[in-house]
Amino acid sequence: MTAALPVLILMTSLVPAIVTFFLPQESHLLRNALNLGSAVLKLALIVAMLVAVAGGAIYEAALPLAPGLVLLLRVDEIALLFVSLSATLWLLTTIYAIAYFGDKAELSRFFGFFSLCVAATTGLALSGSLISFFLFFEMLTLSTWPLVAHKQNRASLDAARSYLLFALPGSAALLWAIIWLESTTGPVLFTDPPDLGGIDPWSQRAIFALFIIGVGVKAALVPLHGWLPAAMAAPAPVSALLHAVAVVKAGAFGVIRVVYDVFGAGTVVDLGVGVPLAALASLTILWGSIRALQQDEIKKRLAFSTVSQVSYIVLGAALAGPYAMIGGLVHLVHQGLMKITLFFCAGIYDERAGIKRIDGLNGLGARMPWTSTCFSLGAMGMVGLPPLAGFVSKFYLGLGGIEAGAPWVLAVLAASTLLNAAYFLPLLYRLWFLPPAEDASGDERAPALVAPAVVTAAGSLGVGILAASAISPLGWANLIVLRGYAP
Amino acid sequence: MNALVAVLALPLLGALAAVALPPRAGVRAALLATALTVAATIWLLLAVARRGVQGVILGGWEPPLGIGLAADGLGAAFIAMSAAVMGGVALAARQMMAPDVVGARAAFGFWPLMLLLWAALNAVFVSRDLFNLYVGLELLSLAAVALVAIGGKEAALAAAMRYMIFALAGSLLYLAGVVLAYAAHGTLDIGLLAARDAAPSDGLALALMTAGLLAKTAIFPFHVWLPPAHAGAPAPASALLSGLVPKASFLIILRLWFEAMPDRAGFAALMLLAGLGAGAVIWGSLQAMAQARLKMIVAYSTVAQLGYLLLVFPIAGGDGAAQPWAAGAWTGAMFQVLSHALAKAAMFLSAGLYLAAVGSDRLGDLRGLARTMPMTAFAFALAAVTLMGLPPSGGFTAKYLMMTAAFAAGQWYWALVMALGGLLAAAYLYRPMAVLFARESLIAPRPVTRAAQAVPLVLAGASILLGVFSAPPFEFMQIGRPDAAEEGL
Repeated sequence: MTAALPVLILMTSLVPAIVTFFLPQESHLLRNALNLGSAVLKLALIVAMLVAVAGGAIYEAALPLAPGLVLLLRVDEIALLFVSLSATLWLLTTIYAIAYFGDKAELSRFFGFFSLCVAATTGLALSGSLISFFLFFEMLTLSTWPLVAHKQNRASLDAARSYLLFALPGSAALLWAIIWLESTTGPVLFTDPPDLGGIDPWSQRAIFALFIIGVGVKAALVPLHGWLPAAMAAPAPVSALLHAVAVVKAGAFGVIRVVYDVFGAGTVVDLGVGVPLAALASLTILWGSIRALQQDEIKKRLAFSTVSQVSYIVLGAALAGPYAMIGGLVHLVHQGLMKITLFFCAGIYDERAGIKRIDGLNGLGARMPWTSTCFSLGAMGMVGLPPLAGFVSKFYLGLGGIEAGAPWVLAVLAASTLLNAAYFLPLLYRLWFLPPAEDASGDERAPALVAPAVVTAAGSLGVGILAASAISPLGWANLIVLRGYAP
Repeated sequence: MNALVAVLALPLLGALAAVALPPRAGVRAALLATALTVAATIWLLLAVARRGVQGVILGGWEPPLGIGLAADGLGAAFIAMSAAVMGGVALAARQMMAPDVVGARAAFGFWPLMLLLWAALNAVFVSRDLFNLYVGLELLSLAAVALVAIGGKEAALAAAMRYMIFALAGSLLYLAGVVLAYAAHGTLDIGLLAARDAAPSDGLALALMTAGLLAKTAIFPFHVWLPPAHAGAPAPASALLSGLVPKASFLIILRLWFEAMPDRAGFAALMLLAGLGAGAVIWGSLQAMAQARLKMIVAYSTVAQLGYLLLVFPIAGGDGAAQPWAAGAWTGAMFQVLSHALAKAAMFLSAGLYLAAVGSDRLGDLRGLARTMPMTAFAFALAAVTLMGLPPSGGFTAKYLMMTAAFAAGQWYWALVMALGGLLAAAYLYRPMAVLFARESLIAPRPVTRAAQAVPLVLAGASILLGVFSAPPFEFMQIGRPDAAEEGL
């Protein structure tokens, strides 16, 4: 049973993906039932496993590739953090996507790749060895391409090409780093950090840099972030998934794995590569926010906001201390909840009221109160107003900065908060305080679109308010740090 | 009768039957022979896996008087590769090479040539004697040239002629090397040659034989005959020509350097071989990027993919004792051979289906076909994953093993070539993918059955599965592995 569970969890996304490809376009009922059913089943399996892992259990399944090279699925605390986020948001996004697409064309292809993308994310989260991580990382790259290109118009095909133009050289860098490292140390398992003694320090630094370039493309670290705003050409459910759980989070999660499980926090500090990475993350945080200020399209502004927010996670990992680690890990979940809320809402504005640009938001609060309330909650959370989710993350990151002897992190956080406020509050002002345009139309009579947004908005409120309880993401992040990374 | 004899005799008998019987019965006989040979291949695989290297001494005469055949893990794996590709091609050819599609002459000629080619391939894979290898190679070249010409179009005939000239020149060079080796050692048996002391003429003999084989393998800069020949042949023939035929001459190079004369290899020669391989990877990829027809892209991709194989010579043994997977580079090259064969056959068969559907393989005419023929597009995409070397494909296993070995041997620049080759492959395969995936289609395609579309999908899927379940083939290919594969040249 201990070997079957992780495989089963992976299969709950992989099998529906493959079956969906072969379903005819017309069989809506079957396709929806299959996808929703698998999402629910997956969530149930994960809840069962959460309970067991909290009690100290570890699940493992291995498939040998070549002597010594092993495809390892391993459920530990940190994997579960990511996998429960992705499973929850997968279920909600599936509900949203079914309502969003209605009976548009090519749905079997869309849901097939959608589930494949989730399967890749799941595999990535559960990967226990560097090679399995790389495998699922690439599977994610490939399964996302058809999603970004889904509309098949000029803009989305260009966006999809730009995505590959960034992602594939990133993969080459990552592969280069893995090969360089493993040609000396042998295959790396995350449970058993490799002995880096055989590699001279400068080579170690080069390998670290290659790793960061490889995963940094997906995490949209400046200057490797160009593909993310372009990918806005994708349909709203794809953007929601891309920005909250799938691609950018895979990159951020990769940074955590590289810092803590490949090199180890101690080595990162000794090599002196943590501070440059933290500086790069800070630069990304500020640059993303500044660029977000300049955008007039809602989705573009949100995209640059993602560039900025995901680097909080990278910052947390780079500071390589317990508090910063907690801040980074917890932001992995918090940012996911808040950002998916915002994208759900942006999709609803577009779909129900035809509004894509910020100046169209005037007075929509009265016309679309549920959507606008959710949007406001997400936005205020991003700014970091207590007791919303974003505040908890920033608080721990600040503590982590002080603890790591890098008080400048506080200045970055403060500046970023101001910038966040500067690009989010005008939106809220327009929504609630400006009079609507005379020809305004639109409503929110689409419960399957609004309900997922309400759930995630409530979630981002809930994880902030209940942060002190053991079952909150913060509680879980504490557990991870206590068990695995306590000095 | 023994499995080794069966995989040689069955396709030959099938070829004879296909010629002798009237056309419709001939096709049935050919399909029967295909099925039986596939079964015999499985039998041979099981025998090698259970009992190790399988040998036959023909007529009871021991070498050097008689001729020995032996299937080691490597030879058996190559025979299995042929069976997989041949099986797929035979299924696809029932429709693609039907008389009302390609004309009576081509439809009649294809089956005996295919089976003859198969017998020649298997003969090369199990021969342990340089002259026997020559005979197998000649038979192979004849069948291959005829398969290029089978369409009968003027361009195809010109390509076949060029192919023939290169093949004959290659044969002459090889034969000259064989004569030198025989004069110096009095034997051509690979096992006996390995045991002899080095002779002064060995260097020249090795150089001549290798040069001839490189021309036959279409290694840069001797590749010029390959793209027009492979792109000009009918799709099922292209699948065989690109997927299987160059692997036979490459296997002989491998047997020469690693088994017959492992201690004669100089460092400069090894670097030269790998340099040619690197040139092939880069030049073939750049040429593939510049092509306007799908089959030409796929054919130039073969030039590039064959280049990786030559990188094995300087980096074999680079893992040293430090790694649990010694002989990694050598096995990696074998994975490249196997996965490329499956993926390339899938690609050519996909291209053939598109050609059948819209009557052209110009990229501009293929717009939007992913919508009408999704299974074929998916097969092409899976094959592309293998050629790019992305996980979890067999191509990735190959690159991983070879790249780690290159680093461990201190020759990281060959790893750079491989990484660059992967990116270039992504670049040249992106164009057809983007075209297939475009929204509008210009030409209304003729319907293609799902069964026909399934064949390339299964082949491409197999090239992916080779990476997911790479441990059993890895172990299998270590059966009877030469020591030089582990220690390096």
